[in-house]
Amino acid sequence: MQKIEAIIRHYKLEDVKAALTEKNIVGMTVCEVRGFGRQRGHKEQYRGAEYTVDFLPKLKLEIVVDDSVVQDAISAITEAAKTGRVGDGKIFVSPVAEVIRIRTGESGAEAI
Amino acid sequence: MKKRLLGRTVVLLSSLLLLTNTTYAQETEEIVLDSGNIAWMLTSSALVLMMTAPGLALFYGGLVRKKNILSVMMQCVFLMGMMTVVWGVCGYSFAFGGENPYVGNFDHLFLKGVMPSAELSMDASVDGMIFAVFQGMFFIITPALICGAFAERMKFSTMCVYSLLWGIFVYCPIAHWVWADSGWLCEWNEKASFPALDFAGGTVVHISSGMSALVCSILIGKRLGFGQEPMPPHNLTYTCIGAALLWVGWFGFNAGSALAANALAVNAFVATHMAAAAGVVAWSVAEWIQHGRPSVLGGCSGAVAGLVCITPAAGAVNPMQGILLGLAAGYVCFLACTKLKNTFGYDDSLDAFGVHGVGGTLGALLVGVFATKDITGERYGWLEGNAWQMVNQSVSILAAAALGIVGSFIILKVLDAVMGLRVTQDEELQGLDLTQHGEEGYIFL
Repeated sequence: MQKIEAIIRHYKLEDVKAALTEKNIVGMTVCEVRGFGRQRGHKEQYRGAEYTVDFLPKLKLEIVVDDSVVQDAISAITEAAKTGRVGDGKIFVSPVAEVIRIRTGESGAEAI
Repeated sequence: MKKRLLGRTVVLLSSLLLLTNTTYAQETEEIVLDSGNIAWMLTSSALVLMMTAPGLALFYGGLVRKKNILSVMMQCVFLMGMMTVVWGVCGYSFAFGGENPYVGNFDHLFLKGVMPSAELSMDASVDGMIFAVFQGMFFIITPALICGAFAERMKFSTMCVYSLLWGIFVYCPIAHWVWADSGWLCEWNEKASFPALDFAGGTVVHISSGMSALVCSILIGKRLGFGQEPMPPHNLTYTCIGAALLWVGWFGFNAGSALAANALAVNAFVATHMAAAAGVVAWSVAEWIQHGRPSVLGGCSGAVAGLVCITPAAGAVNPMQGILLGLAAGYVCFLACTKLKNTFGYDDSLDAFGVHGVGGTLGALLVGVFATKDITGERYGWLEGNAWQMVNQSVSILAAAALGIVGSFIILKVLDAVMGLRVTQDEELQGLDLTQHGEEGYIFL
């Protein structure tokens, strides 16, 4: 089992969700995050005071999938979230030791 | 000249106090306090109160960082409480008591001679009570405006004492000069040395608070990290709602200053609206040209600037001149907040001086230029040939500014020695919400 964490643009969430659903990958956790990579920040002006805002708002979505569909999931997210401009985000993949469904106590791949 | 209700109130009260046989009806034959006038004045009073909170509380609250939102809201709410009590106990008397041109007296302490009593029937107390409560709302919002200058760093306790002393020693005298029948700057006082036009508080409210704000921001000093770390407004949605509420409340402030539901109130209402609208356009367009895009904060600030500028003029200029005042205010205040502040480097956190000090001064000058007989009936300005009015206006501006600056300076110096002006560094970094009030503005879990 692998956990896929993807940092994406806000307005790409629906596209990414649809692309994942199409590949039968259901269930995800989304949160609002702030951060920066190569895109760096932008400038904001308030009554003449100029601020460089380094931490840009992005969405982070987390999904846990079976090893066999990791590549599918990655390609679905990549295709759906891509605009080709700096700031499209990143995908991190890491192994997951265990998954447990709280309601039934099932564990492993069945619990995903 | 269109005598204002205020003039008659004092005549009536003094005659009653002297126990003359004049009846209420005879003394006030020109002003009928019918249900229409009473309804409008009560409504106006409520509208002016609404300007302090939620209006100003949201407007300022959105502009600070999120660790300080409650501190700003509490300043507004607490001033609604404290200043109202002070007004009833002594403020009204200090502002409107007596016949001296420079200071009020103790005649109306505890609203004596204003509220109904054995000597003053319910009916006879109506216009005095309405005037006192309407003016009381101004007494609240004026020190609340200054909060914008020292936001995010002033000790709450010191803020309370400062506002109390400021109200008594700065606001009351200026209100007396300009609006008491015997005041030396009073427009309708025939013996006034410099009868200045100030319909709803250009000098009394905006210049007094704006100049005091400048002194506060300089004496209290910059916020920690000012100029080095970003301090953007944390919630411009609040600021926008606050600005909109201020705009609506200002109809009570300005049109209510006609002190009756009459033609003067209608003109003031329309002129006020036009000026606010023109202010939005001017500030936004200036920003658009200068920075490439118009900001929400700019639009909101422009509305407030226009409203500040029309305040002294709403009862003396027509709505089209109101547009001119609004355009001028939008652009001049834009320059004050963006250029002037950066040039001199003072930390007027929320631009209380840039908007109220500068906009109020501009309005007090421009009403001297544009005042028209069509509206005032008698007094008129430079454009209609009365250049001397500019002298009256200038004297009133200088006098209000001088008392604001000197008064604030002395009060702050004393308070600095006695109780300290600022919170500690650590408290400032943690935020005033937690350290001054033990609460947080935003709790998500």
